[in-house]
Amino acid sequence: MTTINLDHISSNPLLPEVKSAMIEAIYADYANPSSQHTPGETAAAVLQKAREQVMALIDAKNPKEVVFTSSGTESNNHAIKGVALAHLEKGKHIITTNIEHNSVIRSLKRLQPQGFQVTSVSVDESGRVDPQEIAAAIRKDTILVSVMHSNNETGTIQPIQEIGEITKEKKIIFHCDAVDSVGVVPVDVQQLNVDLLSFASNPFYGPTGVGGLYIRRGTRVFPLLDGGVQEGNKRAGTENLIGIIGMGVAAEAAARDMETRMAHLTGLKEKFLRELPDYVSECIINTNPEFSLPHLVSVSPRYIEGESVMLMLDDENISVSTRSACATGSLRASHVLLSIGLNHADAQGTLVIAFGIDNTEKDVDTFLTELQKTVTTLRDISPLYQKMHGKA
Amino acid sequence: MMYSKTVMDHFRNPRNVGVIENANGVGEVGNPLCGDIMTIYLDIQDDVIKDIKFQTFGCGSAIAVSSMLTELAKGKTVEEASQITNKDVAEALEGLPKNKLHCSNLGADALQVALKDYKARKEGKELPESERVEPHEHKDKDECYCPYCDIEIQEGATFCEACHSNLEEEH
Repeated sequence: MTTINLDHISSNPLLPEVKSAMIEAIYADYANPSSQHTPGETAAAVLQKAREQVMALIDAKNPKEVVFTSSGTESNNHAIKGVALAHLEKGKHIITTNIEHNSVIRSLKRLQPQGFQVTSVSVDESGRVDPQEIAAAIRKDTILVSVMHSNNETGTIQPIQEIGEITKEKKIIFHCDAVDSVGVVPVDVQQLNVDLLSFASNPFYGPTGVGGLYIRRGTRVFPLLDGGVQEGNKRAGTENLIGIIGMGVAAEAAARDMETRMAHLTGLKEKFLRELPDYVSECIINTNPEFSLPHLVSVSPRYIEGESVMLMLDDENISVSTRSACATGSLRASHVLLSIGLNHADAQGTLVIAFGIDNTEKDVDTFLTELQKTVTTLRDISPLYQKMHGKA
Repeated sequence: MMYSKTVMDHFRNPRNVGVIENANGVGEVGNPLCGDIMTIYLDIQDDVIKDIKFQTFGCGSAIAVSSMLTELAKGKTVEEASQITNKDVAEALEGLPKNKLHCSNLGADALQVALKDYKARKEGKELPESERVEPHEHKDKDECYCPYCDIEIQEGATFCEACHSNLEEEH
């Protein structure tokens, strides 16, 4: 029996054309792109091609503005710590939101013992931040604003362009963690007014272990890794050329197929949301109906816990992700879900459904049927459900 | 898979699920921190646990713990059952992941509360709601593990020396 993968937010399979390009790259035995001999120049040309493919995806204008990294996490660390260290003279205040990825939150925490102050702006029930609240938090010593493009737990998309207009006017550096958006929805660094933008290859069906950081020309950022002069002196270490080639091909495919992919994914998501109430009652939908990723739905079937749902669906060969603290290894409920106003029990029951380009409408039907069985089984056991429905 | 075969067996086929109407002992343990809640119902006849049922809101291990606890307690005298500890349940399940010991392994606690309720009722008074529900507040002697690296840490620690994680928000 084949697995129905509804966890495309955790990982994605490689596109066939990405696989071919990477296998070809392995056999090509490329030299070091920094070497000045002919094989080195050949490798440098291949690297340049991949960089142009990535530039086109985000509308970067200059090859020097795109730095390849090892992951979205590295890009976020680089942007935040790099800006902070490069602007010590100017100030030590940074603005962010309550729902950022841990690679942003913990980078900021790492800076606090060195005297940095962080203002974390809250979001509304649909997970959106009000740009005016960002504006209100700006101080004389603010050096950086960091807001994610879309959230990996709720799928909600933030008003980045509006925030960018504010930071541009105030001349404050603006970093956007767009890891779950780039290659999935249109992301244009010119239109968004961002100075730094983090992204990764896997969300658009490229390899894991490759990411990128857009750094607008003129933005001072210290490297996270010191060493050689690779990546325009911004990120030392010999480039992961095979991975980068895969990312380039995936970026080109994402730009080419974005409209059809989005239409397909939105169709699956809308079908799921439309039919869910016929299968499972009392679900909270945590995804903004208007501003959200086309493939992601966060749903909390009430009175049950997410890890149990995930394990039972796994027995039926369906993969989903859960934000239950028990399954994520932390002892706390998700900070994102608590921030949008869920109580602990509902946060513990939250599932993240992320459709992929290979999913079909039949997958949605199968999922809904199995979800109904699973939720019914677990609610029969649940003291919370029994209390609410007077059976205990 | 992080769970033993026995845990998965009890999770997939939980024993003794449900409510006993007219139970003569009821106990509930709730853990607001990570959300696991267990209710145990006892039917005690002639000082022996004739029937036991449970309801649980929680993760895979919480359900398996509840199920195993009922298996261990069924048929035991009140005195024997009062000796059952959370550790016994974890051992019968062939072990639980360390970070689950802390939050999900509450079955024996719920059983002890239910036994207390039974004894109170025997003396003609029902245990007040406040005593029938044990909130699972952490005690000093509780073993506690870093959620990030799984190493044993002191309850209430705000920093994990082993992996340098900030734990301020975990408590």
